[in-house]
Amino acid sequence: MECSFRSFVDSFFWNLGAGEHASGGGIYGVTVFVLACFIGYYLVWSVTPALHAPLISVTNAISSVIIVGAIFAAAQCFYGQARIFGFAAILLTAINIFGGFTITHRMLSMFHRKK
Amino acid sequence: MMVDVLYLTAAVCFIFALGGLSRAESAQRGNLCGIFGMAIACVAAYLSVNSADFWFILIAIVMGGGIGVFIARAVSMTALPQMVAGFHSLVGLAAVLISFSACFAPELFRISTPSGIKVLSLLEMGLGSTIGSVTFIGSLIAFLKLQGIYKGHSIPLPLNAFFASSICCLLFYFTVTESEEAFLLLTMISLLFGATLIMPVGGADMPVVVSMLNSYSGWATSGIGFTIGNHLLIITGALVGSSGAILSYIMCRGMNRSLWSVIFAPEQAKANDAVASGGTRAFKSGAPEDAAFILKNANSVIVVPGYGMATSKAQYALKELGDMLKKDGISVKYAIHPVAGRMPGHMNVLLAEADVRYDDVFELEEINRDFSSCDVAYVVGANDVVNPAAKNDPSCSIYGMPILEAEKAKIILFLKRSMGTGYAGIDNELFYASNTMVLLGDAKKTTEDIIKAMRE
Repeated sequence: MECSFRSFVDSFFWNLGAGEHASGGGIYGVTVFVLACFIGYYLVWSVTPALHAPLISVTNAISSVIIVGAIFAAAQCFYGQARIFGFAAILLTAINIFGGFTITHRMLSMFHRKK
Repeated sequence: MMVDVLYLTAAVCFIFALGGLSRAESAQRGNLCGIFGMAIACVAAYLSVNSADFWFILIAIVMGGGIGVFIARAVSMTALPQMVAGFHSLVGLAAVLISFSACFAPELFRISTPSGIKVLSLLEMGLGSTIGSVTFIGSLIAFLKLQGIYKGHSIPLPLNAFFASSICCLLFYFTVTESEEAFLLLTMISLLFGATLIMPVGGADMPVVVSMLNSYSGWATSGIGFTIGNHLLIITGALVGSSGAILSYIMCRGMNRSLWSVIFAPEQAKANDAVASGGTRAFKSGAPEDAAFILKNANSVIVVPGYGMATSKAQYALKELGDMLKKDGISVKYAIHPVAGRMPGHMNVLLAEADVRYDDVFELEEINRDFSSCDVAYVVGANDVVNPAAKNDPSCSIYGMPILEAEKAKIILFLKRSMGTGYAGIDNELFYASNTMVLLGDAKKTTEDIIKAMRE
């Protein structure tokens, strides 16, 4: 038991340190994540309160960038299950992307008219 | 390499999309940046998979896009909060689906080794699926609540604690054993946890819930980004996650409550309801003609809109009334409480929809001093946000919440549908004040009647 736990911990830190992931993930990914959180923090505090509703809808739209993962899953022919899941995920995120940007545009054009 | 540059470009575009919202003038440009970034991200993803499956992907995008545009065009601005909640649930579901494909076909995302999936990837996969499930079901329930289909149940706190701890145990077990059954069970329990988390939350706390789910959808995106090792997803998720977290914080501050008490102690409000709603008290009610007379003789009017304005779609009538008053040289301002409505910024959008000028609309801190010098406070379908009990009565559930000090105005016109209490379930002293006139009825109809009376 101890042995397997030890190897678990070892492999965990090995993964963290060695940058074993192809392009992201690992400690490198964590670095990017933490820095992006700080960017988000300062960006969002600078948003005027009147535009908080468009902020929510535009963040909703861009969080659908998860479509990238869905495209990975859908664009292959080896795993039927993953392909179907990927297709469904693309469909769902596309609703979100188009819907989110459209409603944001609608809202912002209301704010725009008055100037 | 090329693909990485495209991902970076997309990430920068998203940062500009949020940055653009700092001013109304640059916001539209920001939105375009977001659309551009998203297009780049899709192209980059397609290029990196090297697939001949163009049509398969395009069909899904076109179908989804059609539905999305249709919904976004058809929805009324009053129903904005539920539409946003519904959209959040889609992100959650997509995150669950993607982590499932990663679990079944790890080779796709290059996260497998000869001895199985990497430990760290398993953890990330589990987390992605957990947050995705909570976002999915939580948003779905928020949607049903906002739509008025589902009223809510109270959930005993130990049940939530049980779900949370079993999620932690299963996450650990899955990471160590890589068992697909554990993964399914983990997702299942996360779904239950998401449901029990949002079911008890009350209507007035919805702004917090909407922004909290917004934040979760971001964290779910980041979780998937870690799983598949994609920096664009990690960055975007972090941006969205921190945005939602800040909005939740602002909303909580607007109610002087902690996030913890919104989620885990919603029954507090009901307890007060029983105490407060005993017996009816006398209040001064008035006719639209009286209100018209008062408004005509005022020098300055401050309008305080609440959710009642949204439900009766009174913003157009309000704008018309405002224009008439302005023509007579009366100053008209709009005061917006941070938690008015059902999502952050809801009232601003509705007023903008009716073409109310941007610089006539003020936030709480900007306008609160002006109430003492104004003649009429015109309260439309708002209640708790002007309740003086928040300042005077330490025993009430909203004590300490910053309020719009409408009680300092010389005359208060209160447009209400009924004499019921607000969402916090507490009586409002302001109804019974000697300088308050209550106009019962639909806010839109009452405002239109006032306009008619002023014309005569």
